[in-house]
Amino acid sequence: MILLYSEGKSVFTFALPALLIRAWTCRNFSVNNNDAKHFLSRKVKSYVSPTSTYTTETKFKNKKQSYWKSVVGLEIHAQITSTSKLFSQAGTEFGVPVNANVSFFDAAIPGTLPMLNRRCVEAGVLTALALSCRVNPVSFFDRKHYFYSDLPAGYQITQHRVPLAQEGVLEFHVFTPGSHHKPYSKKSCIKQLQLEQDSGKSLHDEEACRSLVDLNRAGIPLMELVFEPDLEDGEEAAALVKELMLILQRLGTCSCKMEEGALRVDANVSVHHEGEPLGVRTEVKNIGSVRAVGHAIQYEIHRQVKDYRYMPEPNLPPLRVLLNDQPAVPNTYRDHINVQCLRRKLPELPSETRAKLTNKYGISPESAAILVNENVLLQHFYDIMEEKKSRDPKLSTNILIMELLTILNKKKLSLEASPFPSHTLGEIVDLLQSEKINLVTARKILQEIISGNSMSPSEVVEKYEWTQITNPSEIEKVCTAVIEQNPKLVEQFCSGKTKVFNSLVGKAAKITENRANMATVVQVLTAKLRKIQNP
Amino acid sequence: MLSLSVRQISRKLQDGVIVPSDVCTACLYQAEKLKKLNIFVRLTKEVAEHQAKESDVRYTNGNVRSLLDGIPVAVKDNYCTRNIETTCSSRMLESFKPPYNATVVQKLQDAGAVLLGKCNMDEFAMGSGTVDSIHGPTKNIWQSGEKYTLLRNVGERATSVEQVQGCNSTHGSKMVYQELHHLSSHSNKEGSSSPSEEGDWFIAGGSSGGSAVAVASGAVFAALGSDTGGSTRNPAAYCGVVGLKPSYGLLSRHGLIPLVNSMDVPGILTRTVDDAATLLNILAGHDLLDSTTVQDSFIPLDLSQDIDISRIRIGIPKEYNCPGMSDEVMETWSGVADILERAGAEVVQVSMPHTPSSIACYSVLNQCEVASNMARYDGIEFGLRTAENRSTEELYASTRSQGFNETVRGRILAGNYFLLQRNYPHYFLQALKVRRLIAQDFTHAWSSGIDVLLTPTTLTDAPRYSQFISRDNREQCASQDYCTQPANMAGCPAVTLPIKLSKQGLPLSLQLMGQSYREDVLLAVAKWIETAVDFPRLQLET
Repeated sequence: MILLYSEGKSVFTFALPALLIRAWTCRNFSVNNNDAKHFLSRKVKSYVSPTSTYTTETKFKNKKQSYWKSVVGLEIHAQITSTSKLFSQAGTEFGVPVNANVSFFDAAIPGTLPMLNRRCVEAGVLTALALSCRVNPVSFFDRKHYFYSDLPAGYQITQHRVPLAQEGVLEFHVFTPGSHHKPYSKKSCIKQLQLEQDSGKSLHDEEACRSLVDLNRAGIPLMELVFEPDLEDGEEAAALVKELMLILQRLGTCSCKMEEGALRVDANVSVHHEGEPLGVRTEVKNIGSVRAVGHAIQYEIHRQVKDYRYMPEPNLPPLRVLLNDQPAVPNTYRDHINVQCLRRKLPELPSETRAKLTNKYGISPESAAILVNENVLLQHFYDIMEEKKSRDPKLSTNILIMELLTILNKKKLSLEASPFPSHTLGEIVDLLQSEKINLVTARKILQEIISGNSMSPSEVVEKYEWTQITNPSEIEKVCTAVIEQNPKLVEQFCSGKTKVFNSLVGKAAKITENRANMATVVQVLTAKLRKIQNP
Repeated sequence: MLSLSVRQISRKLQDGVIVPSDVCTACLYQAEKLKKLNIFVRLTKEVAEHQAKESDVRYTNGNVRSLLDGIPVAVKDNYCTRNIETTCSSRMLESFKPPYNATVVQKLQDAGAVLLGKCNMDEFAMGSGTVDSIHGPTKNIWQSGEKYTLLRNVGERATSVEQVQGCNSTHGSKMVYQELHHLSSHSNKEGSSSPSEEGDWFIAGGSSGGSAVAVASGAVFAALGSDTGGSTRNPAAYCGVVGLKPSYGLLSRHGLIPLVNSMDVPGILTRTVDDAATLLNILAGHDLLDSTTVQDSFIPLDLSQDIDISRIRIGIPKEYNCPGMSDEVMETWSGVADILERAGAEVVQVSMPHTPSSIACYSVLNQCEVASNMARYDGIEFGLRTAENRSTEELYASTRSQGFNETVRGRILAGNYFLLQRNYPHYFLQALKVRRLIAQDFTHAWSSGIDVLLTPTTLTDAPRYSQFISRDNREQCASQDYCTQPANMAGCPAVTLPIKLSKQGLPLSLQLMGQSYREDVLLAVAKWIETAVDFPRLQLET
């Protein structure tokens, strides 16, 4: 029977001294906080952002054009969101002091044994279900051996023979704004999803002739997702990673914070002649980051000791999950994770959300993608639509993805730090929809509020008398005034320089302090000018 | 007093005849006196005295924790003991002070037991003689030159004893048993066979030799060993004590420094079967820290009711009669089978055809797991670290070559070879298949209605040191583990108990094996045999 422990107080956490280990040393030294910070900034594996994947991979695209074909397969390590480690009760918080989150087991103290964290298995199963994987009723843990100072036991516990889940698929849209390619849909097959422990971090300081090891990451729970080599280029790889991040964040199974190492992408790239079989995997590329010294060495060791001498992990019984709700024998499986139960807990996935946005609200697929990519925007959208059903979804979307993002960008604020609650944004939508204000005024209101004005949009409009001028007779007056005050422009227009029309519209805007309904202005002004041209 | 059973001394403590501190003092004195046997790697005198004092208070206040309260025990040096060196008899862990207690050690402590010390063993439990230890070999108490008396229960109660004088005594006048005659005459110049010969002695067996001698000699009343291929039963057999290897998964391995995770079990060494049951009741049960312990709640054994032996079916597996088995062992085996049969038990011959493959299979599985388990000893997080500073790899190499003995290094090398991708299917996977066949031999026996299997524990009585070391570690283990190893393959419980003395005056023991988690049946039969054979208790002369 599999035994799982539930997360709780970390009873076995112990604090190693700040300076835990000197793997080799010439003289005594101590680690100060700066050292520690510096140390934490070192990267064990490549931390790659989708964008950088893209840049690197473009080169392969170029190659592809000259009769070579590139094939990309991704291996993604996602840190499972959990409060304690995969096999121990040590904590997992990021950024704590060096070697603060280390249990006896994590330090491979003799006699300690692994205890499987139930939460991690649930997260793995949930992710597998979201990716349409086949969850194995029984999976196994294996030891993968190699010597490295940040691997205290001399082996990593992973799932080599039978992983938690297999044969999934991830569908995603390949769409790069500004690219001449048409957006298209792509599928990448998932070979397997396995649970495994992370290793610690090493720092090799050649000058001081010393090595440091931080075991905070040792034993951190990971899901490794192995994709089939069915991508063609970096754009596809980047799009896949982005979609996966959305799914994992939606599930709550991984924070996907690359800067914390919570998501790491390795790409296997093979280049072969078109029409010929795939060559041996030629390179394991760690794209997108300059490899740290430590990593380079680790990589070399990995490369040189390719035989990992796998063997079954004897201290963990087979991991059994319950695939059907009804066990044959009642109570037999009381501790087993119920897959159907987890399936019912699956949230709406990003692809489903996008479909809902386009089908129910009539939003364009591109806008839907942007909303879904930014959870805060999506939440605003739902709030705005929920508050008043009559609101125009497209107008609301535009306010969010054009106006809101623009002003936040200008102020260098993140969406999370936005000062605009949903109801404020909704009110602006209402003002626009009822033509009380125009778009320019909407921007001014946003500007006013972001600068610290705590009034509501309507109050701002009232205070500054920003109500849109829609009265045709008033606009008539404005247009007459513009024509009278700008005889030269009018003359130029009449002589065929129609480009100056925009200047005249601008004048109208200026006179009214941008309050005029510009559509009406354009309409009236056109009529008036036509009259002057053809009296 | 020191030769009493746990039950007996516990009775005396409860009756107030004696207090734990006095028992502790006596045991410490005994241990000091027997220093040349090299039983203990370390005596934990201060811990013991402190624990004994606390127990004194509990007896005074009447809040005694268990039958073990106030009773000195010892544990093998591969159990982690908080802040007490745990060396595994290896240079690698010479200065290793674990930051925690093994679960079974903690359970002993919670039961009020007094920890007298850590016992000698073969390095990382790889051996069957307790001769491959950085602390030096452990010597058997039997025929060691120490003066002792043999006590035998006459009748039903332990109150009446016949005294038989042991080694070095000049008078054998009280001896009543023919087979004990050699005991007294031992010192009478038997020429080259004399064990007290310079530099030679009878080995304690291993790898839990220290624990076995500690119990046999009266230094403690019970001890923990560990059993992977027979490491508890082998020394128990040679030292004339009861050695129980419980079912795999019944006792927690958390804090037991592993040899072969899939076969290791904590072993129990006591003077009587009842005592083994007492310790089992204290130690057994699910442990969150060991995922391989069974979750079913453990029902404590109760051996107070005599079993009806006529309802028991005893299997004699013919394959256990193997080359190298001494006539005395054969006679002992058939003798006990006859006793059982006469008493009405059904004794049948069974076949367990894969028994002879057990050792070869074991050596592959053992070495693979050893290679893996030993990978953590790299000098980084704990244990030995040499002064090598040219590179991390050089440090690993130098630490590991200096920290491990030849046997350990040899097994690591072989194990890594077996685990290479190209060899894995031919060795490890093959060995797993053979292991399944061996386990099936047992299932077949049980399904044919066998309750327990009766076999020898070892092929002979304790060998002499000189004779033992004339063979290398691999050969030693191959013959020493022959009868004990299969139970580890199958995970089933097994117990060894002393039956009689050999011509050399050494214990001859037999083994019983039972169905997994049926320690109740196993120990009930063992107790019946124990009563029937009435093996003498050894009491050192003061």
